Amino acid sequence: MNNPDILIIDDEVQIRKLLKITLESNGYKALHATTGKEGLAMAMSHLPELILLDLGLPDISGHDVLMELKGWYNKPVVILSVQNSEIDIIKALDNGASDYLTKPFRTGELLARIRSCIKRNRETNNDLPILFDDLEIDLKARTVKKDDVYVKLTLTEYNLLALFARYGGMVLTHQFILKEIWGVGFQAETQYLRVYVAQLRKKLENNPNQPKHIITESGVGYRFC
Amino acid sequence: MSTLYKIKSKLRYQYIISIALIIAIAIPCFLLEKYIGNKVVALILLLAVSILAMLFDILPVMVTAILSALLWNFFFIPPLYKFTIGTPEDVLLFMMYFAIAMMNAVLTSKIKKANLKVKEKLEREKTIKLYNTLLNSLSHELRTPISTIIGAVDALKETTPRLSEMDQNDLLSEISIASLRLNRQVENLLNMSRLESGFIKPQLDWCDMNELVHRVIQTLDIDIGERNIIFESKEFLPLFKVDRGLIEQVLQNLLHNAVHYTPEGSEIVFSVEQNETGCVITLSDNGPGFPEKELETVFNKFYRVPETSPGGTGIGLSIVKGFVEAHNGNVILENVKEGHGAHFTITIPAEISIINDIENE
Repeated sequence: MNNPDILIIDDEVQIRKLLKITLESNGYKALHATTGKEGLAMAMSHLPELILLDLGLPDISGHDVLMELKGWYNKPVVILSVQNSEIDIIKALDNGASDYLTKPFRTGELLARIRSCIKRNRETNNDLPILFDDLEIDLKARTVKKDDVYVKLTLTEYNLLALFARYGGMVLTHQFILKEIWGVGFQAETQYLRVYVAQLRKKLENNPNQPKHIITESGVGYRFC
Repeated sequence: MSTLYKIKSKLRYQYIISIALIIAIAIPCFLLEKYIGNKVVALILLLAVSILAMLFDILPVMVTAILSALLWNFFFIPPLYKFTIGTPEDVLLFMMYFAIAMMNAVLTSKIKKANLKVKEKLEREKTIKLYNTLLNSLSHELRTPISTIIGAVDALKETTPRLSEMDQNDLLSEISIASLRLNRQVENLLNMSRLESGFIKPQLDWCDMNELVHRVIQTLDIDIGERNIIFESKEFLPLFKVDRGLIEQVLQNLLHNAVHYTPEGSEIVFSVEQNETGCVITLSDNGPGFPEKELETVFNKFYRVPETSPGGTGIGLSIVKGFVEAHNGNVILENVKEGHGAHFTITIPAEISIINDIENE
């Protein structure tokens, strides 16, 4: 478990090299593949802890790779995509990707995403309260504390926060959140979601206009950290 | 496919209008023939054909010319109601009518074509000039950061003489700044081509404008120096249904410009408000403002205000305009007072959220 394997599937040699150096200097072991098919074969033979997958591959698309991975590969896949491709990103997230990064990305961001994805994948059903900086969320007792003071939340606010907390650090699409909280049939009601997010921010953030916990991922969804 | 269909249906209308006009003229002429005589009728019909020639394509006009000649022959030249012609004088008249009508159609169409060519040529020259302007500013805007990166990397690789740690850090931050600048230019170019291709379709979704403006200010990728950026968010601002990504780019470009073109110590003020139809965003500064006669032209593609500091491709504000117009909105630039600051007002028609607080569940 000391040096987790990370598989890089990207056809650009420069990006591969950059990722390899970054990952290896941060204690990961980097594997790499240049095509979708090679990537799938490597994933099967090495079962890496995490896959970094570029959506624009020369042979089969990144979406196809995701579909192929579905069912047997249950570790996180982080998508690398170009800017202005929210629709692609949402599709990938709906197809089982855990997170995404748009090129060009900063190294710090990359490492943070990898850490939170791997961490989340290893944490299974433990009942301890989850800590996010000044917030403490106890899913078992259904309580929320900010700076050690209990915060009063309405039922929907709590459900939303609990969902965020369970997927801490990861991006959640609007559709996913709406389905989880309001159920099927409410997926067009992003207005409610915005209102509840605004209310949660008022109660949880030091400055609701410059949120540190509930981060808007433009055109995609929210990330809770 | 659809343009071909449009051309076809346009042509069909031209045929219908031309034929209807000739018949509409021929009927009163027929009734009045004994007062005006058949030669005046010929002149009236010729006039109609000439007018049609100025407006329509050559084919419908030629069909109309032939039709009018036949009508004239049939209804106006004795023997009436026959296509035969009685006297040699009338034969000559008919032939001359036919020739003049045809020449009218052909010549007018030739003139129209020649005009079009001149217009196209002028347009092309204008495009080439724009293109050259773009290439000049672009090659500067792209090459400067590239040179910085290459130069800094070479200096860092150099082992003798060893650079001090401070110098190394300086070079690294230069590389970082240059890359961000390069990325910004590429982003603008991509947006520009998105606009050009007409592929911009706003993906409307509910957006918290207060949060968006704060984010734009926080993530600005240039050093603001001693400038002061002010935004006082309104607590009770409703949500608006806009394309958050596009509006973010609009605000980024405006803010970037404001920082770039105002002197240190300037104040840049953002505001967001609600009006009856949507939202109004303003950005004003107390810098030098724009020359009064440039207020309209600055939004044109590749346009740069003469004698301004280097840097910039003249793309930023045209993207602002394009993205705002994609929302059916508009952007107005005014000077606060001549020489005392620019004031941008962006009006975006948008759905306004009715639910702002859900207290009871």
